[in-house]
Amino acid sequence: MSLTEKDKAAVKALWAKISKSADAIGADALSRMLLVYPQTKTYFSHWPDTKAGSEPVKKHGKKIMGGVGLAVSKIDDLAAGLLKLSELHAFKLRVDPANFKLLAHCLQVVIANMFPKDFTPEAHVACDKFLANVALALSEKYR
Amino acid sequence: MRHSAFFLKPEVKDKNAAMVEWTEQERSIITNIFGNLDYEDVGSKALSRCLIVYPWTQRYFASFGNLYNAEAIKTNPNIAAHGTKVLHGLDRAVKNMDNIKATYAELSVLHSEKLHVDPDNFKLLADCLTIVIAAKLGSAFSPEIQATFQKFLAVVVSALGRQYH
Repeated sequence: MSLTEKDKAAVKALWAKISKSADAIGADALSRMLLVYPQTKTYFSHWPDTKAGSEPVKKHGKKIMGGVGLAVSKIDDLAAGLLKLSELHAFKLRVDPANFKLLAHCLQVVIANMFPKDFTPEAHVACDKFLANVALALSEKYR
Repeated sequence: MRHSAFFLKPEVKDKNAAMVEWTEQERSIITNIFGNLDYEDVGSKALSRCLIVYPWTQRYFASFGNLYNAEAIKTNPNIAAHGTKVLHGLDRAVKNMDNIKATYAELSVLHSEKLHVDPDNFKLLADCLTIVIAAKLGSAFSPEIQATFQKFLAVVVSALGRQYH
């Protein structure tokens, strides 16, 4: 399900509206994922605290959104644009790719929550496709 | 009276042990969400969003009229009516939280034998409903409330898929 020009335009338009709040979105989405899908905490056993508002969660949420922003800027060639991140996820982090869907869902819940008028069904489908393609690019080097 | 449990056959004891446990807080979260819901608004929004975001789900609505684009789906009165019906169906689970599996046994058979709905689709609709509720409740939709709501929907989804064979 590759991104059409219409999808890319919709993603960029949505990003333009939400990017100022990127840090807050990332922190909120990450803390929700850790709470709603507790099995995801297994990747963060080195953190003293996985609760909403904690320093490691805020810091990591910001990092994740940095990656999302990078993906938006490289939307025409995600595999090439996210190569370094793909290698990181494949060889170092080895996050089971099923988890990308869980984070994507939480990201979209937060966007809907914070920007209800902008996260229309049309924006939602473009965003969902985009995040699925980002996940694909991130797992590119897995095997 | 407690000692009679020793005489229960193992299968019966296991059946009770397998039941979903709800805390008082979880129960009140669910009843509050549904108690303050506009079923027509949320139901139609959730179903139309599902058909737009996951277009393959339109396969079950071939007789519902114009689903040609997002605008058509959003304004289709048959879809709106059906979304409302789905939400009222969820009501039954809200009123029978300790026995959702039994409550939905017939509906599960219906979705399998008559409607032939791939049970994977239940999760897609559940995710869209979560998004619609998140948009509606704003700051009230805390992570804890999301976790409880998704737990509830997961139990519903599981119960609806239970009678497939």
